[in-house]
Amino acid sequence: MQKEFLFAGFGGQGVMFAGQLLAHAAMSAGLEVTWIPSYGPEMRGGTAHCFVVISDSPIGSPISKHPQAAVVFNNPSFARYEPIVAAGGVLAYNSTLITQSSQRTDILLLPVPATQIADEVGDLRLANVVMLGAVLTAFPALPLDIIKRALEEHLPERRRHLLPLNLQALEAGAAHAQRFVQPA
Amino acid sequence: MARELMKGNIAIAEAAVRAGLQAYFGYPITPQTELLEYLSQRMVELGRIFLQAESEIAAINMVYGAASTGVRVMTSSSSPGISLMQEGFSYLAGAQLPCVVVDVMRGGPGLGNILPSQGDYFQVTRSAGHGDFHPIVLAPASVQEAIDFTVLAFDLAEQYRHLVMVVADGQIGQMMEPAELPSMREVQTVGPDWALTGARGRPKRLISSIYMLGEEGEAFNRQVQARLQLIKSREQRCFEYQTEDAELLVIGYGTAGRIAYTAVEAARAAGLKVGLLRPQTLWPFPEERISTLSDSIRACLVVEMNAGQMIDDVRLAIGGQVPVDFYGRMGGVVPMPDDILAAIEETYARMTVRVRA
Repeated sequence: MQKEFLFAGFGGQGVMFAGQLLAHAAMSAGLEVTWIPSYGPEMRGGTAHCFVVISDSPIGSPISKHPQAAVVFNNPSFARYEPIVAAGGVLAYNSTLITQSSQRTDILLLPVPATQIADEVGDLRLANVVMLGAVLTAFPALPLDIIKRALEEHLPERRRHLLPLNLQALEAGAAHAQRFVQPA
Repeated sequence: MARELMKGNIAIAEAAVRAGLQAYFGYPITPQTELLEYLSQRMVELGRIFLQAESEIAAINMVYGAASTGVRVMTSSSSPGISLMQEGFSYLAGAQLPCVVVDVMRGGPGLGNILPSQGDYFQVTRSAGHGDFHPIVLAPASVQEAIDFTVLAFDLAEQYRHLVMVVADGQIGQMMEPAELPSMREVQTVGPDWALTGARGRPKRLISSIYMLGEEGEAFNRQVQARLQLIKSREQRCFEYQTEDAELLVIGYGTAGRIAYTAVEAARAAGLKVGLLRPQTLWPFPEERISTLSDSIRACLVVEMNAGQMIDDVRLAIGGQVPVDFYGRMGGVVPMPDDILAAIEETYARMTVRVRA
């Protein structure tokens, strides 16, 4: 079963890192995975995005027309990607910054005040990790423990001291999303 | 060795380092730049040569000079930069020098854009420069193949004293995938017996591509052609999936080939007898396998990220035995699996109608 994620936001919001973290985690879980960034004109100012595809069999396209999970961090990304989320999928969005809403009834809308939660945890820059915790709770492609291990292994050296805060941010995002997820 | 998550461009660069790359000359261009950027640090760290030239023309001529001394040498670029290097490729071929060139293809013609493309197929397989020669052309479809083919490229270049190109596209260059790197090879300390190393104490050697007399020129060309024939007879490579009982054969390389894999998988799930052949060498083209398969298939579909270039080689290999259809996207657009699946269904339907009639 193939699981397709899109992460999109302004440069500097940690969109690429959130995707890479997920990709590292998928690899350590022994799965096939691809990560591909936008490197076209859009990265030269404005909104950037990356796709992550996770599968237990060989992956053809690293890009998805209709990702099952879209994680968006700003208004332009919301406008662009809200219509393409696969039916039955999840749209997680940073509701501290995004002022739009969706009329779609065929997807799970997951507003996450990620910047606010990150601020409460202790660092605004952790909004990306909050979002990752949230989306993986609504769309459990991988258990959070594997993400935690990936954080331990792949947090850059200069950010190593932020590991405890990163783990807290991940948990806080997951806790927030829990209330949107129907009990199994 | 463990799998690592690596970007295609960086994986190629590190694979070259581990294959014993001694000198790199290049000029930045998207979507290949990370390769050069990575080597700018890595080569210096290892005490090897890295030089950012003032242009692609300068870079390829530096490669020509370094190759003459028998060291393992490489350059890399993307489509417009490869065009600029073509004169140098021809001189390298004329001087029978081994070297590795990486082309991370982007949309063209002209300045085009920086998105993935396979528009350079004609350029790289049909000599890549003036005069009668073909480079060996390897076409990876994943980060792992990008690594494996980079190492292979150095081996083939030295074995045949020939130009070897590794052609990827922007998608393979930019994508991260888990892959395994080979272990570090020792850098060669003794060069080949034709290398220019200073003639003190030995007879002088000459590296040149000039043959003033027609007879000399023809004799040299015969030698080149004999070597190309040898390469053709030994080095055709392809990956196959579900070809044994396939009635429709899909042929695509690189990114188009890996996306076609997903489409073929879906077609099989729907009960269609479809197989995939993904050329891993574009020159020599895997014509023997395709020719053999053309006895058992009823139709063929070529998928490329261009207007239809490899299709000429497929038609030559198939020799008119079955109809050959084409699905392509151009100018930086990458096909999606369902686009290719739709093309498969169309060709399949036509094939079935023909059989009934």
